[in-house]
Amino acid sequence: MTTSSNMSHEPLFHVVKHQERSAVQVLLLRLVAVVCSILAGGVFIWAIGYNPFAVYGTILEGAFRSEMAIQATVKFTIPMCICALAVTLAFKMKFWNVGGEGQLIVGAIFASYFALFCADWNHWVLVVVMLVAGAVGGGLWGLLAAGFKVKFGTNETLLTLMLNYIALHIVSYLQAGPWRDPGANGFSKIARFAKNVALDKVLGVHFGWIIMLVLVAAVWVYLKYTKQGYEISVVGESQDTARYAGIHVKRVILRTMFLSGAIAGIAGACQVAGSDMTLSMGVAGGVGFTGIIIAWLCQLNPGMILVVSFLFGVLEKGSSVVQSTFGLSSDCADVLQGIILFFILGSEFFVRYSFVFRHKKGGAR
Amino acid sequence: MEMLVKFLVAAIGAGTPLLFGTVGEILNEKVGHLNLGVEGMMAIGACAGFMGGYMSDNLFVALLCAFLAGVLAALVYAVLTVTFMANQNVAGLTMTIFGVGLSNFVGVYMVSHSENSTLKLPAQISKQLQNIHIPVLSDIPVLGELLFSYNVFVYLAIVIAAVCGVYLYRSKTGLNVQAIGENPAAADAASIPVTRWKYINLLLGGGICGLGGAYCGMIINGGVWISNSVNGLGWIAVALVIFAAWKPHMAILGSFLFGALRVLKYYKVGFMVGMPDAFFDMLPFLITALVLIGTSMRGVKGTHIPAFLGNNYFREER
Amino acid sequence: MEQQQSAIRCSGITKTFGSVVANDGIELEVRYGEILALLGENGSGKTTLMNMISGIYHPDEGQIYVDDTPVSIASPMDAQNLGIGMIHQHFKLVEVFSAMENIVLGTPGKLPSKRELRAQVRQLSLEYGLEIDPEKPVYEMSVSEKQTVEILKVLYRGAKILILDEPTAVLTPQETEKLFAILRQMRAQGCAVIIITHKLGEVLSISDRVTILRKGRTISTVQTSQMDAASLTEQMVGRSVSLSIRRPEPKNVQTILQVVDLTVQKPDGSIGLDDVSFTIRSGEILGVAGIAGSGQKELCETIAGLLPAKEGAVLYHKENILNKTPEQIIDLGISMSFVPEDRLGMGLVASMGMTDNMLLKSYRNGKGPFVNRAPARELAKKLVEKLSIVTPGVETPVRLMSGGNVQKVLLGREIESQPNLLITAYPVRGLDIHSSYTIYDLLNEQKEKGVAVVFIGEDLDVLLELCDRIMVLCHGKVTGIVDAASTTKEQIGLMMTGEMNQQEKEEQ
Repeated sequence: MTTSSNMSHEPLFHVVKHQERSAVQVLLLRLVAVVCSILAGGVFIWAIGYNPFAVYGTILEGAFRSEMAIQATVKFTIPMCICALAVTLAFKMKFWNVGGEGQLIVGAIFASYFALFCADWNHWVLVVVMLVAGAVGGGLWGLLAAGFKVKFGTNETLLTLMLNYIALHIVSYLQAGPWRDPGANGFSKIARFAKNVALDKVLGVHFGWIIMLVLVAAVWVYLKYTKQGYEISVVGESQDTARYAGIHVKRVILRTMFLSGAIAGIAGACQVAGSDMTLSMGVAGGVGFTGIIIAWLCQLNPGMILVVSFLFGVLEKGSSVVQSTFGLSSDCADVLQGIILFFILGSEFFVRYSFVFRHKKGGAR
Repeated sequence: MEMLVKFLVAAIGAGTPLLFGTVGEILNEKVGHLNLGVEGMMAIGACAGFMGGYMSDNLFVALLCAFLAGVLAALVYAVLTVTFMANQNVAGLTMTIFGVGLSNFVGVYMVSHSENSTLKLPAQISKQLQNIHIPVLSDIPVLGELLFSYNVFVYLAIVIAAVCGVYLYRSKTGLNVQAIGENPAAADAASIPVTRWKYINLLLGGGICGLGGAYCGMIINGGVWISNSVNGLGWIAVALVIFAAWKPHMAILGSFLFGALRVLKYYKVGFMVGMPDAFFDMLPFLITALVLIGTSMRGVKGTHIPAFLGNNYFREER
Repeated sequence: MEQQQSAIRCSGITKTFGSVVANDGIELEVRYGEILALLGENGSGKTTLMNMISGIYHPDEGQIYVDDTPVSIASPMDAQNLGIGMIHQHFKLVEVFSAMENIVLGTPGKLPSKRELRAQVRQLSLEYGLEIDPEKPVYEMSVSEKQTVEILKVLYRGAKILILDEPTAVLTPQETEKLFAILRQMRAQGCAVIIITHKLGEVLSISDRVTILRKGRTISTVQTSQMDAASLTEQMVGRSVSLSIRRPEPKNVQTILQVVDLTVQKPDGSIGLDDVSFTIRSGEILGVAGIAGSGQKELCETIAGLLPAKEGAVLYHKENILNKTPEQIIDLGISMSFVPEDRLGMGLVASMGMTDNMLLKSYRNGKGPFVNRAPARELAKKLVEKLSIVTPGVETPVRLMSGGNVQKVLLGREIESQPNLLITAYPVRGLDIHSSYTIYDLLNEQKEKGVAVVFIGEDLDVLLELCDRIMVLCHGKVTGIVDAASTTKEQIGLMMTGEMNQQEKEEQ
């Protein structure tokens, strides 16, 4: 190119928009991103002085080495998957519900009430009541944020976040106060639930996994084939269009957020009655956030959510084995999840845009 | 009286990490980036600051490490959202998950490689972190304690907030930067280098968040490394930006107010005595939620929310 | 004065967006001391070309010369340093800033004190006869005030080369004349001016030379004095077209809706419509003219039942339909269709295909919780055939379709619902001449079928030719309801700014 007369430097590259890539190309792009993130994670592991192959190997082996291990992996998968489904409903509506964590906790609190004080009920009645209570609790917590959103336009992202912490401290209040286990030698904790409360095991894992599968199918059908699902898509795309089509936008937001919270609440009920058998501050343990990552990774596709949740379950279970084998914190699961999502987020760019470097002029075509 | 002074002093200390986070986020939001990664950037800063201090036994090195770590984390966010135009919400949340995870991971790794399974800051830096005693001034009764009895972070935070206030609201650059957050296309057409200033603000904001993290890592637990030292403060900082109406000097006030809420449980008086601790732990979050709702009720007009907040800018968008 | 020195010369400029070639080997030259008109249809690549000159886009190929020196314009800052200033069609102003803050934005040097800055802006406005209050925030400004700020912004930077993109689209005829006077003054001072437009009258009245683009290519550059409207059109469209719009005699005209004393608030609380009364009649086209934002949007949305009215009524046989649900309105015997201004943001769902867009108003049909997509798919296919819509398939997202096809989808869907009242807001905005005429034909067809058509327009020539009656809005008030055949553009222009009020007595 000819020399320029002006003083400014030409940028190294500039960004151009091109035609959207085909589904196959997009899938390929994602795969490349995942491979890159695994490589980057490997470099990280190597940098702190461990053999990445050994660590990755341990993660895989740890998740599948025995029937028990696989069962544990599934147990990790259940709340993540259900939470991802929960936020999927809200995200489809472009409602940034980052309160999956809090909705799960409130669901867990509601379910725990029945687990603690109605433990003598008929088992199946109790189980159903707990699940319904969890759904109602989570739903109400979600509805709270949605209510302020539609009434005053309150920023839902920050509000749902604050509600997470408020929910968490309600648990802390309960375990230190009214629900404190007197037999815990002065520790602030809630007593272990009675046996009658426990969700029954199917193939070695509490039947939350069946609920999870049902929810995957239900969310898929709901979004794709029902009138309400159609309304959610329209509201998410443009509230003006929704208004134009005669859709009651506020009602849709409230209804959807109730459902979103309710699903997270069911995850909470499954956690306390299926997995933990008590209510503690760690009941959610970040799965509300992991669920957001999964939902986004899967582009809100319920089928993909199931698959990716399981892979994340492998990562979580594997990381716990890494912890015991190498003495590395299981936080490495979070780090790896973060790295994966960073790469996926970056790769998204190439679906619509590409870089054109300055020296090869006219490279856009 | 004495208790009140103690309470106020404690409040200012507890508000300091919030002030760093809030000012950092204001710098982010003024260029139109709603960065939900403050918590993560602070966590990374906490880890880097603590480890830097632990290994060098020098406060300056510790602060530098925290700042640079914050900058590096912000760089990841900036590359993703500015250059790659990724969704800001998701990029920020990921930064938080990643940052907290990384911070705890490195912490556990260091603890497990330490001699007696605890990490405690060495003597010299611990001394540097103590409250600075200014001759004469600090000795004034009441006022001396109220104004001149703090550690270096408190003064640093106030200075940074003041400087950022002048930068954003009193300079040509600040005007240009505000224009980017309001309408990047207009800023671009007015020949403001949008991308450059976005990067500068995001990185600077990240660095400041990192310093706030260093406070959490080194001060809150008395110089001993404990995981999750930031523990939600980053989120309060994000919300405080709204409370402070995007103004750094208002952030000073807001941060200390929320600092007061955080320490209230140690200074219960009267009707508060019977209330459970959990309620006081919840209070900052509850008040933040109420503030969020309150500011949204006040209506659209008269707020300083940058009009383009949360959206990415692509010059050739048609 | 260096009369004929070349200011900008473009040689072989090519720019593609995806698979769309927006500019294909463009040649263009503008000299100091002249006004060059850049004429072309919507989508012919005018704006793309100018965006490359002002540093917004990067050309894929070709070379730009400024003052006969090859340059590379990588950013608006480069353009500014070269003395090029662009006034965009969609103003690029920071709403919350004052006029002077917008003017000083991005200029080198320290921030001058408020007093200095005010003096500088005053001085500049005096020099060019531009009036503006330097401290007025942009969000309180009228459209023409905003344009004045844009011009001052460019002048403050000492630009010698001015580019104006469709500057008259939002102005009244009188404001246009004023703008042209300023441009002539700049020409006299030796500036080079490029004005982008698709209005032939303006080309003929203001420009010295005209460059015509068609489908991204330079067709020719000619002396304006040697051209007339017909020859310009032929070059612009590529064939000789009759520019007259058909206006069939209205038949069987009957009042179907009577709007009485309608007052509507905008969502932000300000007044959108102020005591508006008029009638809508079947078998005729009622045009609505007015400066952008004079209440057109509120008018449409209130009648369509999307916005609540503060006062007044919309009567159908003495029955107020304002507080009725769509179902109740249909039961009364009115079926309303509304083609909103924002096609992809309100009338359609951009990311959905034609099928799902057909469902927008009918998805509730049928019992049960599930959506029945089969009839919608049929309808989509039928429309593709009937209106020759170009799309890869009925499931392709509509945002990937061209502007003309998007409008066909929207208008087609609304017409298919067999309305007896059709409200269209700026239905030909952004469309090329061929598509525009297709739309006019569709509207006339509806009118002849006895439908009452409301046409919100911005091009006064079109309004005067297409419509039977024209209602003029100014600040939410009706300043005139006139017979289109016996009214001039200038009269409408005066009513648009409220300088003339000719509200005829509503014939009952």
